[in-house]
Amino acid sequence: MAKHVVATVAEIPPGGRKIVTVRGREIGVFNLGGAFHALINRCPHQGAALCTGAIVSRLEAPVPGEYRLTRPDTMIRCPWHCWEFDIATGQSWCEPDDVKARTYNVSVEPGEALAKGPFTAETVPVSVEQDYVVVEV
Amino acid sequence: MIPAGAIDCDIHPAVPSVRDLLPHLEPYWREHVQRRGLERDNFETSAYPPGAPINARPDWKPPAGPPGGSLPAMQAHILDPLRPAFAICNVIHGAQMMMSEDLSLALCRGINNWLAAEWLDRDDRLRASIVVPPHSPDLAAEEIERLAGDRRFVQVLLLAMAEIPLGRRMMWPVYRAAERHGLPIGIHAGSTYRHPLSAGGWGSTYLEDYVSFAQGHAAALNSLLAEGVFQKFPDLRVVLIESGVTWLPASMWRFNKTWRGVRAEVPWLNRLPADIVRERVRLTAQPFDAPPDTASLTTILEQLGSEDMLLFATDYPHWHYEGEAALPAGLPADLVRRITLDNPLATYPRLQQETAR
Repeated sequence: MAKHVVATVAEIPPGGRKIVTVRGREIGVFNLGGAFHALINRCPHQGAALCTGAIVSRLEAPVPGEYRLTRPDTMIRCPWHCWEFDIATGQSWCEPDDVKARTYNVSVEPGEALAKGPFTAETVPVSVEQDYVVVEV
Repeated sequence: MIPAGAIDCDIHPAVPSVRDLLPHLEPYWREHVQRRGLERDNFETSAYPPGAPINARPDWKPPAGPPGGSLPAMQAHILDPLRPAFAICNVIHGAQMMMSEDLSLALCRGINNWLAAEWLDRDDRLRASIVVPPHSPDLAAEEIERLAGDRRFVQVLLLAMAEIPLGRRMMWPVYRAAERHGLPIGIHAGSTYRHPLSAGGWGSTYLEDYVSFAQGHAAALNSLLAEGVFQKFPDLRVVLIESGVTWLPASMWRFNKTWRGVRAEVPWLNRLPADIVRERVRLTAQPFDAPPDTASLTTILEQLGSEDMLLFATDYPHWHYEGEAALPAGLPADLVRRITLDNPLATYPRLQQETAR
């Protein structure tokens, strides 16, 4: 595992996402209300570009008629077959125990710390004044 | 070979004629029926015309009256040779199809009273499904409440194809009453002929109607699942009677697959629909739409992913097999026991309680 600088924090505002390539893998980096999450850009179902899908909320109903919208904008819906995945855990809504999209650890690091290393910043030039999104791959 | 003590989950006593129901009708409705001369008709259903060969095995035809119309004949044909512990009577009659909701209830009540007096009182192996007016859920629930105290009624009977899909909320009073009294909902093949049996329009032949019964069951089950009936009524069980069985694995697959993409439309379906079916739905094993051999049955059980779902049924007097071959020969003994005894007991709480006593 190595840490890779993939974006400045300002590049991915809350509700935003950036798709990056790290060591040959496409990864979607999401900002959910200030917390960053990273998910492989490949649906475990049939390989679609999962992270390009719509960001949706959980629609729940314990019984018919008792509707509630919970955890707004925390799921990614695959653009091909509309399977839904929890962005934070990669778990599918339908079969959380059996169908999962790979997740990666993400952290926010100040440029000052990054300048000392040992981080890989192939594509993102680092300056000490900014904070950066770092993915472990 | 069917072991003695089996539970036969589908036999069909037939109302010989509406005249036979007269003593069992309330005075008002007896008068109503006689004023209109309705006792001269028998409201035989288009779904099960008594003259169609499939609806009466030749050696089970009584000398007079409709097949299934005589208790002594039923005893001689099936109860005495097979010696079941229980056999569940499912009456299919035009009473379930009346446009008049009140007349439908009156005749259904008459049928239930007739069943109790002429069948259940006369052979203690017999149990019955409550016949209800399916197009009046409130009246149907009333009839369930009226009879729930008689523990020989072990199920509520509906037909697969009615005025509206069976899962719709309008139907829920029936399910609420059934659940409250530990009565599974038995959904029998057939239609109340409010709509064509084929979704594409009216067919020309009985062949088309009969084959469409299986699709009718699929539609009924889809509706119960999608409308959330199994979530709303967590103790309710459903028995698909005469469904043909083997369509179900493909249907479950298609339901699961589609649900994964559109599940937000039915948020109460919060786990694999096929798992809900495995837990809550049972099927009578006659007719069985596959070769009548152990290999075919085993394949279907593997595809269903459960050995708990099939219930033994002779489907007397319908004609699907000869002799006593209601189950394939050579089934392993433990599977025979499940199908003929364990599964029916687990499905019908009232039979279980009676057996446990």
